[in-house]
Amino acid sequence: MRDVSIIGIGQVAVGEHWDKSLRELGYLALSAAMRDAKVERIDSLFVGNMLAGELTGQEHIGAMIADFAGLRGVEAVKVEAACGSGAASLRMGYITVAGGMSDIVACVGVEKMTDRPNDTVTSALAMAADNDYEALHGLSFVSINALLMRRYMHEHGYRKEDFAPFAINAHANAVNNPYAMFHHPITSRQFAESKMIADPVSLLDSSPIADGAACVILAPTAIAREFTEKPVRIRASTIATDSVAVHDRRDPLFLEGGAISAQKAYAMAGVGPGDIDLFEVHDAFTIMSALSLEAAGFAARGKGVALAAEGQINLGGRIPITTMGGLKARGHPVGATGMYQIVEVATQLRGEAGHNQVPSAHLGMAQNIGGSGATVVTTIMEGN
Amino acid sequence: MEVARYWRTTGQRYQLIGEVCHNCGKKIFPPRDVCPECDKEAKTPYAFTGKGEVYSYSTIHSAPEGFEKYVPYTVALIRLEEGPLITAQLTDVEAKDVRIGMPVEMVTRVLREDGERGMLVYGYKFRPSLLGLQSADLHPVESAV
Ligand SMILES: [Zn+2]
Repeated sequence: MRDVSIIGIGQVAVGEHWDKSLRELGYLALSAAMRDAKVERIDSLFVGNMLAGELTGQEHIGAMIADFAGLRGVEAVKVEAACGSGAASLRMGYITVAGGMSDIVACVGVEKMTDRPNDTVTSALAMAADNDYEALHGLSFVSINALLMRRYMHEHGYRKEDFAPFAINAHANAVNNPYAMFHHPITSRQFAESKMIADPVSLLDSSPIADGAACVILAPTAIAREFTEKPVRIRASTIATDSVAVHDRRDPLFLEGGAISAQKAYAMAGVGPGDIDLFEVHDAFTIMSALSLEAAGFAARGKGVALAAEGQINLGGRIPITTMGGLKARGHPVGATGMYQIVEVATQLRGEAGHNQVPSAHLGMAQNIGGSGATVVTTIMEGN
Repeated sequence: MEVARYWRTTGQRYQLIGEVCHNCGKKIFPPRDVCPECDKEAKTPYAFTGKGEVYSYSTIHSAPEGFEKYVPYTVALIRLEEGPLITAQLTDVEAKDVRIGMPVEMVTRVLREDGERGMLVYGYKFRPSLLGLQSADLHPVESAV
């Protein structure tokens, strides 16, 4: 197996791109990453995407984006794992380079959501859940997270306002990220007063839907320095699964897929949670941040929220999370999100995170989650 | 909902018919054919009593397509007395009166009206149980179908 590095990164600012189509967004991120890597051709393209068919009426977007980007003829395929699609496409690219099948591989995450009305998007997102046994009963994706949050508060004795530090930290970090959707900080008072969507989840617990695209270029580490001064090594790449429906989990408050995925990644990299300098969590909802921190071994059961209250998740804390705004404030273009996380960790490890730079960041981890925990993709990266 | 899919899932939606694993005895709902406990095949039908308690709940204010006219409505995870968790709506109760641990029982109601032809999809919901869990002893239910 060959060692694999990221030799180029590219991203489009997350937001409402009413003037850009899905293929244009994909192309913009891909071309930016190819410029960054100084490559003019690639061997393979993996496109992570969840909802192109449902929201834009277009499937077959591997070939579509390859052609639109002037790469006609190249191997290209779409990868889907709900909101975990972005990082899942990186995993496919990683396997391809590590296995020696291709040398230069592009992995793009792309999503176009804002053309459609809210209830259509709400229904589309519910497809990440179990259609026959969750969505049929009128559960939105938000409400599934609400069920988890309410039970978590009940079992561990937290109040709703205890979750505020996750959202406040994310917004504070997004202020300095030019690619983030939001650039305003929020206060605990705003958090407490924000509109209820599915009790106890309110608007400021939730990440916003958006359009976006991000991309990385992979190459064997042995030749990475021919392209860049700052290659970022992929020390581990894993995917693990759990039941799609929350009610089928052994313990709904423990993300077993997250734990398996993280443990496999730690073993692959030969490190533990104590060695990780920053962690991009899948904060689709504040409760998911808490459950992810616990599943990945950064906090004991029921202590994820306490870790946030102690300020340990902030820049300068023991384990900074959502360092560029996270899903909450960078925005959550679902199938692209996992790739934004990878690009953000790479940015930190290249020392290019500006005001948000985690000092002497050496090892960074990203964990991208499909659905409420059914697919969990973990990536550990190492800087120079 | 497609007609074939409607009929395929009728037993589960009307009568909470799941499965029982003959290898380890685990009661399974929704039916899944392979026991999640011991990974052996489990295809023997088993009718649940429909009694359980609220494990968690949420009230939805922003609904998916097809459910807009029902907002606000309350959804829940129910711990059935036989063991499994099940996802369903609560009915015949005000959202403010719902509590974790509240005893509930299954009833059959309209889940939603489907598509332009207005096909009604029926299925299980749960309402507060007046007698509580102990009522199961008073009303023995044929459990193996
Ligand atoms: Zn069994």
